[in-house]
Amino acid sequence: MAWTPDQPLIQIKDVHKSFGAVEVLKGISFDVAKSEVICVIGPSGSGKSTLLRCINALVPIDRGSIMVEGQEVHDPKLDKLALRRKVGMVFQQYNLFPHRTAQQNIMMAPLHVLKQDRHEVEARARRLLKKVRLEGKENAYPGELSGGQQQRVAIARSLAMNPDVMLFDEVTAALDPETVKEVLVTIRELAEEGMTCIIVTHEMGFAREVAGHIYFTDRGVIVEHGPPAEFFVKARDPRTRQFLSQIL
Amino acid sequence: MTPAPRPEQARCDLAVVLPLSPALDPARNGGARWPLFHGYRGLAGIALLILAFALTQAHAQTGPGALSIIATIWKWTPLMASGFVLNVVISFLAMAIGTVLGTFLGLAQISQLRPLRAVSWFVTQFFRNAPWLVLLFYAMLLLPFQLQIGGVAIALPDWLKATFGLSLPVMANMSELVRGAIQSIAYGQWESAESLAFTRWQTLRMVILPQCVKRMLPPWMNLYAILVVGTPLCSIVGVNEAMTLTSNALAAEANHALLVPMYLYLLAWFFLYCYPIARWTVALERRFAIKG
Ligand SMILES: Nc1ncnc2c1ncn2[C@@H]1O[C@H](COP(=O)(O)OP(=O)(O)O)[C@@H](O)[C@H]1O
Ligand SMILES: [Mg+2]
Repeated sequence: MAWTPDQPLIQIKDVHKSFGAVEVLKGISFDVAKSEVICVIGPSGSGKSTLLRCINALVPIDRGSIMVEGQEVHDPKLDKLALRRKVGMVFQQYNLFPHRTAQQNIMMAPLHVLKQDRHEVEARARRLLKKVRLEGKENAYPGELSGGQQQRVAIARSLAMNPDVMLFDEVTAALDPETVKEVLVTIRELAEEGMTCIIVTHEMGFAREVAGHIYFTDRGVIVEHGPPAEFFVKARDPRTRQFLSQIL
Repeated sequence: MTPAPRPEQARCDLAVVLPLSPALDPARNGGARWPLFHGYRGLAGIALLILAFALTQAHAQTGPGALSIIATIWKWTPLMASGFVLNVVISFLAMAIGTVLGTFLGLAQISQLRPLRAVSWFVTQFFRNAPWLVLLFYAMLLLPFQLQIGGVAIALPDWLKATFGLSLPVMANMSELVRGAIQSIAYGQWESAESLAFTRWQTLRMVILPQCVKRMLPPWMNLYAILVVGTPLCSIVGVNEAMTLTSNALAAEANHALLVPMYLYLLAWFFLYCYPIARWTVALERRFAIKG
């Protein structure tokens, strides 16, 4: 049964994941439609990063199902590389390659993974740098860039693969307050262009603006979810209310 | 003043390849207090000191014979130099062989195949903890005097066998260097490369190893310097390198007064060869520490 764009781009069903004796994900289920933007919030240690890592098969799941464009991730025969070409991921610590310039960071995967033409890739890398407002930083090494600039290069690097969905794991958590905004603006533009996004964040104002749906997780379960307007106003569960009162 | 250990130093658990001890590192003791240890002028100073000491030794033993001792040493210098060339050749070759084999062994140590990991770990530990001299003896005993490759007989002279023997501990130390360097790279580098759909091998080749080279260079150079001062071990197994030839010269002269100055002269050769490498290593470490 082939996947068509009217079906959810990502379908997560009853996902369980343990590290040793610790069950980190205890039955997570939700869908993400194409061009939908969802935010996942919750206290640290609740399994948000693990969930994102499961989606692009950096971490294998124990039980349940994750379908990405109709492809089952929880399958021993899964072509992980094919999956990861469709799923971009940006990390809290940027994880740029420090021995390569900004432009080279962006070009590496399209050149060596997708084996695309160098001239084409170079032109796209420049366009992407411009898109994340880093024109002129082509030849800067990550060590020469601020945290916010590095994070925007990391976003451009993921976009260079032309992914169908982007995963953002607390991408502003390590940034100075002044540079948080420039990164959030970049993500919002992406969302407005119709990129499917799963965003783990502690920036509630941003989540409220950008997300179509918000999921609150605690200790491996989704406690509560809803569209932002409802979620922030009518949260019922005491855990959600406590979390929101701490963070807002 | 006890400076904090540098990260490279902390990460590398090879006693053999630690950088110069802090006490001897002029940069951190404010150079001026140890002017003799500073740069090439200091190098010449130390060489002169050694020579002067050699001469006073000679003088104390033979009175006015000092000049004749210098003349004798000078007479044997070409022979000693020819031996020293062999020490350098052996060190180069052993280093090259050990580096190549050690790199593969180090990569095998982080392989995803458990048996390969276990075997390479064992080989590494075995050769790393074996006395070099014992390995040399084994190399001399076990290697044939010639190799038959496709009907062509390639002679294996003693010095070449000794070179293979010395390349084994180099290989083992290199293996640990490679493994340690790879494991010192932040895990996020692996994760981000993997999430960009790099294969494991691509990640190693394009992301991890290039970052390792910089980290490994200073300890690798240290390893080389230690290998060089280890090459006179070959004299014990009968290779005509500098140490053997110096001993031969001494035997021919049969003059006790020559013993100390001749060997000091030989020490000076090694010192002049190795000390710049050590200085260069320290300089590289400092530069990498700044650039991150
Ligand atoms: N690779 C791992 N091995 C063992 N435990 C892990 C690993 N990754 C995460 N954990 C544990 O799983 C729990 C959830 O972690 P994480 O997904 O990072 O939470 P969050 O991103 O919500 O802060 C934590 O208790 C963490 O210690
Ligand atoms: Mg996290």
